[in-house]
Amino acid sequence: MSIIVYIEHIEGAIKKTSLEAASYASALAEQQGVDAKGVVLGTVSEDQLASVGTAGLSTVYHVNDDQLNAGVIQAHAEAVAQAFEKAGADTLILAKSSLGDAVAARLAVKLDAGYISNVVALPSTSGTYTVKRSIYTGKAFAESEITKTNKILGVKKNAVPLKTDGAPASVEALEVNLSEGAFAAKITSIDKANDEIPLPEADIVVSGGRGMKGPENWNLIEDLAKALGAATGCSKPVSDSGWRPHHEHVGQTGVKVAPTLYVAVGISGAIQHLAGVNASKYIVVINKDPEAPFFKAADYGIVGDAFEVLPKLTEAIKAVK
Amino acid sequence: MKILVCITHVPDTTSKIQFTDNNTKFDKTGVQYIIGPYDDYALARAVELRDQTGGKLTVLNVGEAETEPTLRKALAIGADEAVRINAEPTDAFFVATQIANHAKEIGYDMILMGRESIDFNGGMVHGMVAELLGMPSVSPVMKLDLEGDTAKIAREIEGGKEYLEIKLPFVAGCQEPIAEWKIPNMRGIMSARSKPLQVQELSGDVVATKTVAYEMPPAKGAVKLIDSNNVQELVELLKSEAKVL
Ligand SMILES: Cc1cc2nc3c(=O)[nH]c(=O)nc-3n(C[C@@H](O)[C@H](O)[C@H](O)COP(=O)(O)OP(=O)(O)OC[C@H]3O[C@@H](n4cnc5c(N)ncnc54)[C@H](O)[C@@H]3O)c2cc1C
Ligand SMILES: Cc1cc2nc3c(=O)[nH]c(=O)nc-3n(C[C@H](O)[C@H](O)[C@H](O)COP(=O)(O)OP(=O)(O)OC[C@H]3O[C@@H](n4cnc5c(N)ncnc54)[C@H](O)[C@@H]3O)c2cc1C
Repeated sequence: MSIIVYIEHIEGAIKKTSLEAASYASALAEQQGVDAKGVVLGTVSEDQLASVGTAGLSTVYHVNDDQLNAGVIQAHAEAVAQAFEKAGADTLILAKSSLGDAVAARLAVKLDAGYISNVVALPSTSGTYTVKRSIYTGKAFAESEITKTNKILGVKKNAVPLKTDGAPASVEALEVNLSEGAFAAKITSIDKANDEIPLPEADIVVSGGRGMKGPENWNLIEDLAKALGAATGCSKPVSDSGWRPHHEHVGQTGVKVAPTLYVAVGISGAIQHLAGVNASKYIVVINKDPEAPFFKAADYGIVGDAFEVLPKLTEAIKAVK
Repeated sequence: MKILVCITHVPDTTSKIQFTDNNTKFDKTGVQYIIGPYDDYALARAVELRDQTGGKLTVLNVGEAETEPTLRKALAIGADEAVRINAEPTDAFFVATQIANHAKEIGYDMILMGRESIDFNGGMVHGMVAELLGMPSVSPVMKLDLEGDTAKIAREIEGGKEYLEIKLPFVAGCQEPIAEWKIPNMRGIMSARSKPLQVQELSGDVVATKTVAYEMPPAKGAVKLIDSNNVQELVELLKSEAKVL
């Protein structure tokens, strides 16, 4: 038996969250005394392919088909199913993502596998196979047993430390047969802000709320983000009002982030917003109201006017960087 | 046009989550239930599409009798009929099997769901149902228009959007801003009482997962307050404690 990881890339660059999933897989492989392999779909250089070895994978199957460069859900599911079979795997690991979630759900049926997502730790495999996952949007955890032979685990950010000391992986080309139906959902165009750090991947996030008063003041948020090397986010009313694009909306009904540092400026800390940030390691809150509920969820807080605090903080951070 | 919207019956987003029976059961005391927020978006868009194209809009829940008020609310918002598959839903694959078996019988043109439930956050039932039915699936969907038998869809990807065209039938997991949540009006509430709500028995009971215990996250320590005139102190803490600088 072996473990296989579905590895995503952005225009040929392997995603960091996929390397985390690979690190999880290699830790699990070690625990079980088996081998961990990966599968990459689409156009990716040999160097990038081999680099997944650093996270502990022995082999990477490469399906070099440019039709798979885009995230065609059904086609990806068919290709990964064939890699799973080729590897003689019983476990598929992947990082949670907009594409990964959609692909894994179809694979659960194709592979007759038990699929658990939002996994936060390695499974316990003595006796029954149980795994810990985050539920109620981060408000609790569940220990769930998988009762099928084949297993799929969707791993949350920071579930295991990133492994970086593995040897380069050996790359094997893999041919797959894709059905006609695999391309039934036709991608006609993609609209993407390229230079930004993607929010779900970011290690530092700076978010602004209604306290920022209007989109014309977002340069203050962006300046701090730039100084910190952070991605920018916002509260729901901010994206609802069109001050910021929808994909920046953090919370229960938006992106769930899990950065090392989350900085919330002019956000009150409604429970629905907190649901999206409670996996952050450190939280800084800047709010002029000392009673703002967000302070209860914060590690560090500054009670003050964002318009005065932000420029000072940005300068102070620039000075030490 | 036959549209199916699958809805969850979940604790209100402000609910305090607690467990009983030695952390093996969800504590329902004092919990208010709502239509899952993402399912609510799917329902709102489905009402608009039904009004645009005509036809019938069915809402479905896999759950026990306690979920019927939630289904009635969906009827009040504008669905034409409701189906409850009578079973305790404890596993996504089990739920997907129930939905797919029902859908096979009826032959829907479009099946809309939320991108994920807000209780178990799986984000998987739509993909499973689509695979079981041999249909395309797409999630998370933030825009959905119909032109004849083709749907024009915008799907959220990390840092942007992807635009797709899919021929009916298909399954979609929805999120905002696909439509604005609809609040039931008095007429809706009155008419919901007489709309059909059919209870069906479960078909097959294969589960793939089973939850054995729950756990609460560790409590957060007290916040360290920093004077707004001394941001330098925060910078020091970010360096020495959080180690992000
Ligand atoms: C008493 C009780 C105990 C539960 N225990 C468990 C448990 O142990 N493990 C577990 O995984 N879940 C449990 N659930 C939640 C269960 O109801 C979920 O609906 C189901 O497991 C799917 O969860 P998911 O998060 O994967 O759904 P997702 O894949 O996140 O849901 C996506 C979409 O699918 C549709 N959908 C999901 N569930 C239903 C449903 N029941 N009826 C109609 N449409 C639906 C909705 O449109 C939803 O937005 C329990 C629920 C109750 C009431
Ligand atoms: C089902 C449901 C789902 C939801 N999902 C989400 C979600 O995913 N994400 C989300 O964010 N919300 C969500 N909400 C909305 C949520 O309840 C809150 O309304 C929202 O988070 C409030 O946004 P805010 O903090 O930006 O605005 P407000 O609550 O208006 O807070 C503004 C804050 O800015 C502070 N402020 C004002 N001026 C200044 C200044 N000059 N300097 C510093 N601070 C200042 C104020 O003291 C206040 O605390 C959801 C609601 C529902 C019902």
